[in-house]
Amino acid sequence: MVRLEPRRQHSQAMVYLSPVLAILMTLVVGGIIFAFMGKNPFDALYTFFILPINNSYGISELFVKATPLVIIGVGLAMGFRANVWNIGAEGQLTMGAIFGGGLALYFHDSESILLMPAMFVLGALGGAFWGAIPALLRTRFNANEILTSLMLTYVATLFLSFLVHGPWRNPEGFNFPESRPFPDAGLLPIIFEGSRVHLGTAVAVLVVIAGWLLLSKSVIGFQLRVVGKAPQAARHVGFRQKRMVWFTLLLGGALAGLAGLFEVAGPIGQLQPSISPGYGFTAIIVAFLGRLHPVGILFGGLIMALTYLGGELAQITLGLPNAVTGLFQGILLFFLLACDVLTKYRIRFGSIAAKGRTA
Amino acid sequence: MEWIVPFVLTVITASTPLLLAATGELITEKSGVLNLGVEGMMLVGAIAGFAVTASTGSATVGILAAVLAGAMMSLIFAFLTLTLMANQVATGLALTIFGVGFSALVGSGFVGFAIDPLPALAIPGISAIPIIGPILFGQDFLVYLSIAVVIGVGWFLAKSRAGLVLKAVGDSHHSAHAIGYSVIKIRYLATMFGGAMAGLGGAYLSLSYTPMWAENMTAGRGWIALALVVFATWRPGRLVAGAYMFGLISVMQLHAQGAGIHVPSQFMSMLPYLATVIVLVIISSDRAKIRLNAPACIGQAFRAAQ
Repeated sequence: MVRLEPRRQHSQAMVYLSPVLAILMTLVVGGIIFAFMGKNPFDALYTFFILPINNSYGISELFVKATPLVIIGVGLAMGFRANVWNIGAEGQLTMGAIFGGGLALYFHDSESILLMPAMFVLGALGGAFWGAIPALLRTRFNANEILTSLMLTYVATLFLSFLVHGPWRNPEGFNFPESRPFPDAGLLPIIFEGSRVHLGTAVAVLVVIAGWLLLSKSVIGFQLRVVGKAPQAARHVGFRQKRMVWFTLLLGGALAGLAGLFEVAGPIGQLQPSISPGYGFTAIIVAFLGRLHPVGILFGGLIMALTYLGGELAQITLGLPNAVTGLFQGILLFFLLACDVLTKYRIRFGSIAAKGRTA
Repeated sequence: MEWIVPFVLTVITASTPLLLAATGELITEKSGVLNLGVEGMMLVGAIAGFAVTASTGSATVGILAAVLAGAMMSLIFAFLTLTLMANQVATGLALTIFGVGFSALVGSGFVGFAIDPLPALAIPGISAIPIIGPILFGQDFLVYLSIAVVIGVGWFLAKSRAGLVLKAVGDSHHSAHAIGYSVIKIRYLATMFGGAMAGLGGAYLSLSYTPMWAENMTAGRGWIALALVVFATWRPGRLVAGAYMFGLISVMQLHAQGAGIHVPSQFMSMLPYLATVIVLVIISSDRAKIRLNAPACIGQAFRAAQ
């Protein structure tokens, strides 16, 4: 019989090994799924995971896709550490895009260099505002932030749809549901010539460094680490849960809002009904894959970005539905959660009685 | 008054998937398990029901496939959280992400297919009575089933010995284990009942509500079902009221335009989501009531002391 036996101490090695194992297992299952769909599994896996990044443009696109995932993932990880389950990052991303993008539309003939910094501020504020609502409802009314933050995602998406179909529709367009293009002063500068890598990617790296410093050097970072590891101890020494809820939801919201602004002021360049292929949800996986640590999230973001690129390429060259990306992401999270069991428990073969005899 | 019958009929069809999924989740949660993957299980149920019905031509086989598919989805969740003791919140999210992707993948071959909607079980004579006839006696099988299951679940929890055991497991797993009940086995069964019902709720959407398949067609109903369980404070009777109230809210946009109310459609579409938030706030702010009714062990992993 196979049993799980608790370890005396969490295995640090398994914490880092678990994502690697999970990725390998996802590749194996992915190959099997491709075989079922009548594709050569090795060709398909090659198309999905190697071909997208075998040239410099592909690698630059990986950075473009990883940018929002990393920025959002760092914010979410802070909350997950404190058991604050903000799963509405997609909505906070949308509100950031609406607030920051709205400014660019209002000053659509501006050439001011102040426009961009102001958009940054409004984007972060918009996301933080959307994160503040679940924080208020949780701390003041005890309402579950999982459900409220998710419901607000639908509200934000519908609000964006209303804006681009109605008041913010491009008056010089062809009645398409999209806004005016942002002015040049409202577009993020490209930092690598010939690619779409924009200033937001540099900000993502800064967010990782700042998140790392916050977690390792600041008081609130210390509290986040303690709350995650020993919630009862945290209560005993008087860490205020309410403050954690506010801090993590405002921070997570602001970062998601910033990521949303970067999407519309970067690769997209205007507001349109759909501005994200589910970055806010994928960032949840990124946070877990990165072990809730900013540096790990940087790697997690790159890996999940690859599933987007691979999905697009597999759609074009192999005719596979784009949904394969979501399927892989879900399977990866399953395996990751399963492998994480090994950080707390070790597998033992043989029954309890047998163990009794040998002892 | 001739608008009443079609209006009530759309409310019933909009409420039924919510009621089915929420009833299942209620049993799951009563056993102490929080499965946030309802949305994913509903989607997989929807595509399983639709694909099998479209392929075999039999809605009965399709419905059975949806029930099975939902139960299989919940089995993944149960294995990860109950056997491997993974975090229930994270696993539930994974189940939804997986369900969205899996259903879209399987469904990509079924977009644009048309099937006959589930037939109404008309009773000759009685169904012809004006107003009451079509409303009470002109529904399809799943509508009646949803009501029957809620009544059954209400009886099960309040009157049956097995229901008592289920509640004991959800309220104090260590005590239940000490008395000799298999906590894990009972939670497996309760979780699979939740999955089967979510699958059924999904099938209602793709076979009756809008007899077709579209990616992400549940549009958050799985999450609303989760909120409904809180709204009902884990009591089946209030679940019916909640589901029908949400059904009413979600069809208001269909009828608002007809009634001459010109609010942009996006704002009308926001109503069910906003109502969910408001309802959660109202119910949850009564902390004592939540504490009294919520299963005490909800979301906690159980490992028998050895």
